[in-house]
Amino acid sequence: MVQWSMGGIVDRRRFLNWFLGTTAGAFLFTVFYPISRYLVPPKVQESTSRTVTLALKPADVKFNTGQIFRFGSQPAILVRTPAGELKAFAAVCTHLACIVQYRNDLNHIWCACHNGHFDLNGLNISGPPPRPLEQYVVNVRGDQIVVSKGA
Amino acid sequence: MMFRNGDRKIEEIWLWLDERVGLTEIFKLVKKKDVPVHTHTVWYYLGGMTLFLFVIQVTTGILLLLYYRPSAEEAYESIQFLMTEVEFGWLIRSIHSWAANLMVFTLFVHFFSVLLLKAYRRPREVTWLSGMGLLGLALTFGFTGYLLPWNELAYFATRVGTEIPGAVPLVGSFLRRLLRGGDDVTGATLTRFYGIHVAILPALTTLFLGLHLFLVQKHGMSVPPDVERQSKEKKVMPFFPNFLLRDLVGWLTALAILAALAAFIPAELGKKADPFQPAPVGIKPEWYFMFMFQTLKFLPSYILGIEGEILGVLGFGLGGLFLALIPFLDRRTARGETSRLFTWIVIAIIAYMVVLTYLGYTVSPTN
Repeated sequence: MVQWSMGGIVDRRRFLNWFLGTTAGAFLFTVFYPISRYLVPPKVQESTSRTVTLALKPADVKFNTGQIFRFGSQPAILVRTPAGELKAFAAVCTHLACIVQYRNDLNHIWCACHNGHFDLNGLNISGPPPRPLEQYVVNVRGDQIVVSKGA
Repeated sequence: MMFRNGDRKIEEIWLWLDERVGLTEIFKLVKKKDVPVHTHTVWYYLGGMTLFLFVIQVTTGILLLLYYRPSAEEAYESIQFLMTEVEFGWLIRSIHSWAANLMVFTLFVHFFSVLLLKAYRRPREVTWLSGMGLLGLALTFGFTGYLLPWNELAYFATRVGTEIPGAVPLVGSFLRRLLRGGDDVTGATLTRFYGIHVAILPALTTLFLGLHLFLVQKHGMSVPPDVERQSKEKKVMPFFPNFLLRDLVGWLTALAILAALAAFIPAELGKKADPFQPAPVGIKPEWYFMFMFQTLKFLPSYILGIEGEILGVLGFGLGGLFLALIPFLDRRTARGETSRLFTWIVIAIIAYMVVLTYLGYTVSPTN
């Protein structure tokens, strides 16, 4: 029997069990903590560029078409509307992250995965997508198309 | 004379081994095992059939490992090489792909027959839970294996499939990063899925399968309640060799079907994945995920102010949990009474899966 300073009497068995238990717990922690941290992928520096100049001439982009381009590490879509206007949006569907495409038969943007439809302002007009596509600013400077993220 | 000598030699080897390994006891156990014979006996073959197909998966999987290269740059090309240059490469890969599908199919039939025959009731609750674990493992095997060829369909199926846990409140984005090995589906996802598919899942399956088979041996085959209630004399057949030989007929039939499927409809490879191309028209997951995929297509973007996909994901999660807990929820069966309600729930689940899967393959993907 050991007289505990707090006044309670703790027998040796209980003390040893507690000691073994915490040691085992600490041991398991030292094994599984590094493993759990190892499994989480490290953050990769994302490209911070807010503008991209496309390798396309404005004159080469036909009316009523769309095409995917790289905006940093993410896909984006450049659309020339039937009226001739150039527009750009993030090409990642807001539903389950498939990559959208332009449908020239419907004159708007469409996602093949779950049949989501977006109009030419990126608004989700039909199907499961819950939010509009992020719209980018398109500037034509002479022979160049420059796409930039809004403010 | 030769025979006698041979016999004696075999007997000597037998006795030598028996003394060291305990063969007689193993054989006693095998001899003791019998299988109940009644109108539902046919369903007893499905577990063994699933096991047989799993053995085929392990064998062909090991063979595929010898040529496969798990990186975004080489995966597609290594399978192209396997399919076109390696002798019988197409056969090994096609059998792996077809046996996976057949295995999931027989697993589902096994699962639903156990549900409908109420074989989950006491004392087989842990057998049921280990079986649910194996079902989860099989589906994860299918999901991770689908990405490995790194083709267009697989790429987008994985984007969608890993986005779904992202819909879980609070921990969603963390889960998605953990699964993908980064923020997007990239080569990092491929190596991660490869590791899961060829190492982590086989290890877990060995544990769960070991427990499952041990419990099946311990409790024997479950006799359905309605057969048990009939006070007729109970018929049985010995497991060895009667039941095992019937098993063997089933396995040989499965092997013949597999060979025919692999030869006439070999596994396709499609186009290499390109993260900067739109999702292809008609994209679809493996057939056993189709009912979930189609449900997500039908859900509107918002239901009662909550995003449709979140509700769908929560719904499937709760559905899975409900199925896992059935032995504990079905009190009537536990008391030995008939439980019509649970029979109808299971039939409703089967009907839902069949109808949604049918729609997934017939509703035009473009309107």
